[in-house]
Amino acid sequence: MSALSKSPWIVHYNSSSCNGCDIEVLATLTPLYDVERFGIINTGNPKHADILLVTGGVNSQSRKVLETIYNQMPHPKVVVAVGICAATGGIFRECYNILGGAEKAVPVDVYVPGCAARPESIIDGVIQGLAVLEEKRKQFRKKKDAYRLTYEYLTGKTDAE
Amino acid sequence: MIQVIFAAGFVVIAPFAGGMLAGLDRIITARMQGRKGPPIIQPFWDVAKLLRKENLIISRYQQIYLYCFLIFTVFTGALFFSGGDFLIVLFAFTLADIFFIMSGFVANSPYSHIGSERELIQMMAHEPVVLLSAVGMYIVTGNFHVSAIAGYPEPLLVFLPGIFISFIFILLMKLRKSPFDLSMSHHAHQELVRGIITEYSGRTLAIVEISHWYENVLLFSFLYLFFASSPIISAVILLLVFFLQILIDNSTSRLKYEAALKVSWMVTIGFGVLNILILALLKNLGAMPAGIVP
Repeated sequence: MSALSKSPWIVHYNSSSCNGCDIEVLATLTPLYDVERFGIINTGNPKHADILLVTGGVNSQSRKVLETIYNQMPHPKVVVAVGICAATGGIFRECYNILGGAEKAVPVDVYVPGCAARPESIIDGVIQGLAVLEEKRKQFRKKKDAYRLTYEYLTGKTDAE
Repeated sequence: MIQVIFAAGFVVIAPFAGGMLAGLDRIITARMQGRKGPPIIQPFWDVAKLLRKENLIISRYQQIYLYCFLIFTVFTGALFFSGGDFLIVLFAFTLADIFFIMSGFVANSPYSHIGSERELIQMMAHEPVVLLSAVGMYIVTGNFHVSAIAGYPEPLLVFLPGIFISFIFILLMKLRKSPFDLSMSHHAHQELVRGIITEYSGRTLAIVEISHWYENVLLFSFLYLFFASSPIISAVILLLVFFLQILIDNSTSRLKYEAALKVSWMVTIGFGVLNILILALLKNLGAMPAGIVP
């Protein structure tokens, strides 16, 4: 395990969630679960984050915000979709304003099922995300073009695809 | 020769000591909140991770200012530990902080701009005490050199209790602890996200972290001067101060900058200036205890 999986910092975005999953995400920080034991910190800042936790289905307003947060995160980065709404749109799937799950805006690496997802399964999802993070780190090193990615970021072109 | 060894020792050992202090800080904070907390070497993992991340360059000047911040902090520490002039040490320390503030201004972000402005205001609040402590030490020991101040036979705390109290007060500000974490807090859930360092990522952020480790060790070394004659007592008091600032950090909410400025100036005048005045008065009356250099 490299240092990358020893200190995953998380940014949490609620894209039209009912707050059920958000409360469970925050519950993982409480004394009962205490994810800081594993070095996991809930930063409020995408530029410091390694893992993006998305809760809730994506609607036409939150899509742009979600894309922006994803593009502001430095490589390597991982997206974890928490709850069934972030996976498929869930119970709100048929709503006129819901586009679907988080993958409509950003590439999702790990899906955490549940309504609401339990704190244990959220932690498990983040741990699985760490393996993806290591893999992406290897790809990132192979590319060796961090400055190109920075340029893409500065010019507003997305590398999400 | 011994001075060079001391200075080199600071440059090598301080980041480890600072990182361990940061880890200890996080563990004690977690225990105060009823959590287990991360391992003590967690800050080193964080920095190792940041070095592996992509470095998003936001301005061509960002690296220059941050490297200057690191270099001047290290320079200040080396000067201090080689027993140099305490005034020069303090000025170099302020200069390092100025470079950090400039690094906040180069980022084109309202969060880091406001963070830098607040840091400047905080500087107005804490610089008088830093200077007063140098003046107080000069009045007692008759020398501005750190080696002479550290080699003074009596603990300076006996003569400078007021300055010591105000120094502990501004230590909260320098360590950016609550209630004075208004320029950059330790957790990015406030209105300013993370203040000055909001826009920094990857290696840049790692430099900031390492500089802060140096800075924290240096601040506790300044505090050590107040009882340099008895290392055991000073170790106990330093640990107490360390615990106290974590306790205050966990039990207070942040102040507005006006209030922070007002309170710190009140403490500065009430304790620091009063201390200097009484000391000067005693000296003029010739009532100072034996051992004082006239």
